Amino acid sequence: MSSRESILQAIRSIPRAEKILPDTPDFKSQGELGVLFTKALEANKAEVMDRTQFEEWMEKNQSTRVFSYSEDFQKYSSVILPEDPHELENLQLAILEGQFGVAENGAIWLEDKELPHRAIPFITEHLVIVLNKTNLVDTMHQAYQQIGANHSGFGVFIAGPSKTADIEQSLVIGAHGAKSLRVVMI
Amino acid sequence: MSHPQAAGEFLKDQAKAKWHDETLWFVRDKRDRISKTIPEWEDLRELASQIKDHVLSKLDSYLEEFERNAQKNGIKIHWAKDAEEHNQIVLSILQEQNCTAIVKSKSILTEECHLNPFLEKNGIEVVDTDLGERIVQFLNQPPSHIVLPAIHLKKGEISELFHEKLQTEKGNEDPAYLTHAARLHLREKFLSAKVAITGVNFGVAETGEFVVCTNEGNADMGVHLAQVHIACMGIEKIIPRRKDLGVFLRLLARSATGQPVTNYNSHFRSPSAGKEIHLILVDNGRTAQLAREKFRNSLKCIRCGACMNTCPIYRRSGGYSYGSTVPGPIGSILSPGLDMKKYSTLPFASTLCGSCSDVCPVKINIHEQLYEWRQEITKTHGELGKNLSMKLASGIFKSPLAYKLSGSLMRSALKTLPKSLIYHPINSWGKGRNLPETPQESFKDWYKKNRK
Repeated sequence: MSSRESILQAIRSIPRAEKILPDTPDFKSQGELGVLFTKALEANKAEVMDRTQFEEWMEKNQSTRVFSYSEDFQKYSSVILPEDPHELENLQLAILEGQFGVAENGAIWLEDKELPHRAIPFITEHLVIVLNKTNLVDTMHQAYQQIGANHSGFGVFIAGPSKTADIEQSLVIGAHGAKSLRVVMI
Repeated sequence: MSHPQAAGEFLKDQAKAKWHDETLWFVRDKRDRISKTIPEWEDLRELASQIKDHVLSKLDSYLEEFERNAQKNGIKIHWAKDAEEHNQIVLSILQEQNCTAIVKSKSILTEECHLNPFLEKNGIEVVDTDLGERIVQFLNQPPSHIVLPAIHLKKGEISELFHEKLQTEKGNEDPAYLTHAARLHLREKFLSAKVAITGVNFGVAETGEFVVCTNEGNADMGVHLAQVHIACMGIEKIIPRRKDLGVFLRLLARSATGQPVTNYNSHFRSPSAGKEIHLILVDNGRTAQLAREKFRNSLKCIRCGACMNTCPIYRRSGGYSYGSTVPGPIGSILSPGLDMKKYSTLPFASTLCGSCSDVCPVKINIHEQLYEWRQEITKTHGELGKNLSMKLASGIFKSPLAYKLSGSLMRSALKTLPKSLIYHPINSWGKGRNLPETPQESFKDWYKKNRK
């Protein structure tokens, strides 16, 4: 018998009464979504800005290797998308678009269609996610309603810059992934 | 080594033991504060528990559904009945790819299967990429905590280690400096690995996708740069529907570290063009635990570590004192199922205070199962060290006269007994305990005088 069969057989041979599968109520968060979302992101050590603030920041920013996949900010793109993501090793800044944000925890959803290479938000030194102000939901429950049954090979909730606290519980930003996250609300 | 012996070793360094206790209490406190900000917290725990109950009652059909949908999405599914078969499957995929170096993100399952030493024996370089795991890997140690693998080490020790392994400045103990050195070191490994291994937090039957949660982004750095992604998943990690993730992702990070969500929550449904995803479904004792009705609930565990952070014994004895891959309260109900003899002292490493059950996000009745295991173990392995005194006590409590006499005898005896008798090596009860001051009169005498 294959291991598959023997595992399934073993489970089937255990007498168990079927238990009900509960449905989750539509829990909402309390407060104004934009305020909650910004507060959550800031607590996660991300920075929230509007278009003007972002443009001012870009002017001061010394990054020369920038890849933008956001239509609004194409003008900043200086790196041509390589075929092999390994060549993005020295990417300084990636500008991507997020689909929607979750007010309760600051998480932003991106899928394959927002990610020309899945590695981009992780390999880049700094990350900017552009998000439409109106695309906010309350909690993770509404988030999964929003995602629905759509098929995407890869999807990710990003809620802040890469971080660790593995050395004596001291928070350090910038472990392996992006060392900063800026969210531009337009 | 038994838990009390190993805990004794840990407690030799009293200052460090105190620091360990306080550090974990700090995490427990963060968990308390953030869980109080969610008005429906208790409802979420109840829902999570019921969803897991439901899954365990139909695990066979959910596994088949998961397999079917994952295969439809182009994920290659393997089944492993035990650790050995799991390790062989991993090795065969690596050999097929002519791969001799891999990067791995945190996975308690691969620890449980002892994958690293197996691969190393077969000539494969394994690099753990979670910072805490890389630190303990450099020391040839397993993780001492499932979420905070290097929680037992002080930054001075890590500084010395990195000076030796990564040529960092001697004496520089700045966590940011040390983390940055690890970042540079691990980037090279990420960029050169052809195969990346990850664990799995949740497998979704409805879609055949699986979810991996990290704060560092190390799982993603590995898999998106590698040609092949191998995901190792215990069969109990299945949940029915995508929307059920909403319940579990709200509970997981809040319970684990007191943050609202992990920074990266990646959903893998199909490989990128030209790449491969292999997923290994592992039993390794899980079906046996499913068959033990009293202990079935332990399979609901989502590995958040909250029970460790709150446990007065874990905090004061350290993860290694348990001698098992999953330490602490949850480990003490999982491990005896794997080897009752080897882990016979673990269910006794508890005050049965119930704090573990109170913080568990999926409402596992941990302390009740600890008590159940004690009974099973006592039945199987007979009397333990404390039994003689317990029998004596039982005799005394059964007879009112014996109780009365022993009371007055003890009140005078305890004052005059030499300390060497109480803190004698044979009396394991006296170890680490002090006797209370004895009152002048018994409660019974006091009551007679004052309440008549």
